Amino acid sequence: MSTKFLSIHMLSRALLYAVLLIGALFFLAPLYVMVVTSLKDAEEIRQTSLVSLPHAWNFEAWSLAWDSACTGAQCSGLKPFFWNSAWMTIPAVLLSCLWGALNGYVLSLWKFRGSETLFAFLLFGVFMPFQVVLLPMSQVLGWLGISSSIGGLILVHLLAGLPSTTLFFRNYYAAVPKDLLNAARMDGAGFWMIFFRIIVPMSTPIVMVTLIWQFTQIWNDFLFGVAFSGADSKPITVGLNNLANTTSSVKAYNVDMAAALIAGLPTMLVYVVAGRYFVRGLTAGAVKG
Amino acid sequence: MSSALKINGIRKCFGKGDQTVEVLKRIDIDVAPGEFLILVGPSGCGKSTLLNIIAGLEEPTEGSIVIGDKNVVGVPPAQRDIAMVFQSYALYPTMSVAENIGFALEIRKVPKAEREARIAEVAAMLQIEHLLDRRPSQLSGGQRQRVAMGRALARHPQLFLFDEPLSNLDAKLRVEMRAEIKRLHQLSGTTSVYVTHDQVEAMTLGSRIAVMKGGVLQQLGTPDEIYNRPANTYVATFIGSPTMNLVEGLAAAGQFTTAGAQLAVSVPDNQGKPMLLGLRPEHISLSDSATWRGAVSLVEPTGADTYVVIETASGKVTVRVAPQTQVHVGDAVGLDVQVNHLTWFDQTSGVRLG
Repeated sequence: MSTKFLSIHMLSRALLYAVLLIGALFFLAPLYVMVVTSLKDAEEIRQTSLVSLPHAWNFEAWSLAWDSACTGAQCSGLKPFFWNSAWMTIPAVLLSCLWGALNGYVLSLWKFRGSETLFAFLLFGVFMPFQVVLLPMSQVLGWLGISSSIGGLILVHLLAGLPSTTLFFRNYYAAVPKDLLNAARMDGAGFWMIFFRIIVPMSTPIVMVTLIWQFTQIWNDFLFGVAFSGADSKPITVGLNNLANTTSSVKAYNVDMAAALIAGLPTMLVYVVAGRYFVRGLTAGAVKG
Repeated sequence: MSSALKINGIRKCFGKGDQTVEVLKRIDIDVAPGEFLILVGPSGCGKSTLLNIIAGLEEPTEGSIVIGDKNVVGVPPAQRDIAMVFQSYALYPTMSVAENIGFALEIRKVPKAEREARIAEVAAMLQIEHLLDRRPSQLSGGQRQRVAMGRALARHPQLFLFDEPLSNLDAKLRVEMRAEIKRLHQLSGTTSVYVTHDQVEAMTLGSRIAVMKGGVLQQLGTPDEIYNRPANTYVATFIGSPTMNLVEGLAAAGQFTTAGAQLAVSVPDNQGKPMLLGLRPEHISLSDSATWRGAVSLVEPTGADTYVVIETASGKVTVRVAPQTQVHVGDAVGLDVQVNHLTWFDQTSGVRLG
């Protein structure tokens, strides 16, 4: 009986792995096609099948996509867009993370009259479609004199990300025991001292979650990028779109693929580096003393 | 010498209008320097609220708290020169033991050399020198408790506050730490206020005990007074385990008459109103010749003593007997009371007579 049970157990295991493997292949297939296509030249793309490996490793399409492919009238590849995105994303991610942490700290540990209502309104922002804010935001950026600039985009992303980052930190800090705060108060620590010396150091998991979340949101954003950027502040998503839509006599699939990979690489990299914290941070509460 | 801590007419109300709940109803306590005051009572009696008001974590609705000679109402907790040990230890999870102990000193800008000296002194006192580099998560419950006390001790405060510090420990460790707290108090001599719901902790640690119930101070006295001269039936039954027996009856012709028996004892005058005779289990003995009789309904050996519950005409009575005593359930026995250990209460008010 036990051997029979064992074989059934093994069979179900094998089935499970087969399903998972097929699933993984299904989702990885487009990436594979993109990578191999980006490494072929135009001739080879026409003659070989979509899934065949390239004859030689040819990085010409990558250098074209990075440096000299045309995005509309301008022909300097994705490089300027990439750096625009970087200068926009990094400050916006860091600021929205810090501000969200501060909001969460106040909303969970320094509750005041009306703080729950305020939080409810903030939460509303998580579910609000961003199209709604396009016009008023554009007006505000105009008043502030930062229309069509990277600074303007940073502000937009900072504000748009704040409801989510506040929510993350507020829920994480809700698990911090009240006595910890009281002990620090008795020890003589004030609002900022408690925040920076006690609360922030115990926030690593949720900081990782927020960084990944915000980086992905802001780097991949197209709507704000297309609506609020100027000629020299367009982010990479807009650059990619322009590159793929710039018509020439022959469609350069290899360049398109290389460009798409370049645009996607930073988010993939962030997942690889910080991804193990992501699941841990989503499931773990604050560490108890 | 003046008192170290004065609790003057403290009232605390929560809520508003019709929903106001008064959790502390005018508490007055004077604590002498070096005293170890216990606030004891069931949950919801207001003892923790009172401690938080002394600490400054909550403000009173009315009344004043005087530490030394300064009214501290409105003064932030950090400036009251007090240290507190919390039930959950409340250690800073990302700091080492040494950093935990030194944090308050660091904030007060105590020079590094002195800070380290004080950390070392406290660590030696608590025997935690080998743990100084560890994080709180790497410590056992008892070790965390020691660190929490170390954090309070290193401050050299005027006043120590303890909020049920032992209730998260297992029974054996609790007895150990109880002795440790007593030793530390004798060593430092710092005035302390200690909140607990455990009457054994109250009796063993306190130089005085404040028994509270429903926001009202029931009695304030030394452990001996609380145990032997309880102010009312509430205190009488709250302190002591097993609890004090209360026997209903009336005084008549210099005798105490209870259902089924008459005891020839000196009874205080209660103008003929019904009264309760309070008898600790250790102040009753079994005797075949006694007139007050009943049947054994339960025998509970605890090792050192055996408690026998006897069903009498006036209710259940618990008696402490020597463990070698031969008693069995169903035996008919007589109860002999020690006449110099009688406590009398008015039955309606519960207040002690005489």
